[in-house]
Amino acid sequence: MAVIGVSGHSLRIDRIECGGHGVCAELLPELIELDEWGYPILRDTHVTAELLGHARRAVAACPVLAMRLDRVVRQKSGRT
Amino acid sequence: MTGIVQLAASGPSPLWYATRAGGTVALLLLTATVALGIAVGGRYEPRRGARFEIGALHRNLSVLTLVFLALHIVTAIADTFVNLGWLVAVVPFAASYRTFWLGLGTVAFDLMLAVAATSAVRLRLGQRRWKAVHWLGYAAWPVALFHAAGTGTDTRLSVQLALYAGCVAVVVAAVWWRLYRAGPGRLAARLWAGVAAAVVPVVLAMFLNWGPTQSGWAQRADGTGSASATSAASTFDNGRSVA
Ligand code: SF4
Repeated sequence: MAVIGVSGHSLRIDRIECGGHGVCAELLPELIELDEWGYPILRDTHVTAELLGHARRAVAACPVLAMRLDRVVRQKSGRT
Repeated sequence: MTGIVQLAASGPSPLWYATRAGGTVALLLLTATVALGIAVGGRYEPRRGARFEIGALHRNLSVLTLVFLALHIVTAIADTFVNLGWLVAVVPFAASYRTFWLGLGTVAFDLMLAVAATSAVRLRLGQRRWKAVHWLGYAAWPVALFHAAGTGTDTRLSVQLALYAGCVAVVVAAVWWRLYRAGPGRLAARLWAGVAAAVVPVVLAMFLNWGPTQSGWAQRADGTGSASATSAASTFDNGRSVA
């Protein structure tokens, strides 16, 4: 899991802003599932290159912009 | 029918018809956009399809609204039937033809431009600032509606009146649905929204009854209109009333 020195992207969800619209889970089911109240559970914050386009789309589609996609320049381990 | 034939003979160019059609379609699209926006805010869950599609449709229809608005504005200005300068497109109340009622259209257009521009850079702007401007979309809709009712050459047609009624019904229903779904917070905002949703249809009905559906509205609507525009408009309305 640890990928040292490789840049990538990490996904974060702001739990306070999130209104449970569930749009993110529709657009990025690979990383996000919904709990029983319709709020997102992030399976993995690390966004692989293949999923980057989908992640960007999900971030832009969130009605309250509760998600952030950050570039990780130097990653010490797979998770941030 | 004779009226329409007379009309075609007596002057209005295809541009004038394009303006009216473009404006009407833009109003319908704006109504749909507003209703879908309210649906997103209220976390509407479509029975078929996905939730992100509601948001995507909201965005796509908003772009389409602007396309038809561009058609509406460009054809209105390009047409020589009424004298309008290009400034009229963005500077409210600068037109000599139905100054106030046309000005409302400009106000609505400016509001929509602000909403569109901020939405284009939404990710960089941040949610709070974007939302502050996005609320203007709610203001644009009634302003556009009264612009249509006050300026629209077709306002007297029963089909057109039915369209207006449909637009009002859709948005009012959406607002009430949204209020029904809302949580306990923001009491003042919810009261305002509820009152506004109830008042707009009443005021519109009263206005239509007082103004555009009465004969002689062309002259009254013009206010400080230039002589040529007034006479052109009145010839036009006479033709229309025969139809
Ligand atoms: S789309 Fe946004 S508001 Fe909706 S569940 Fe995902 S993060 Fe939350």
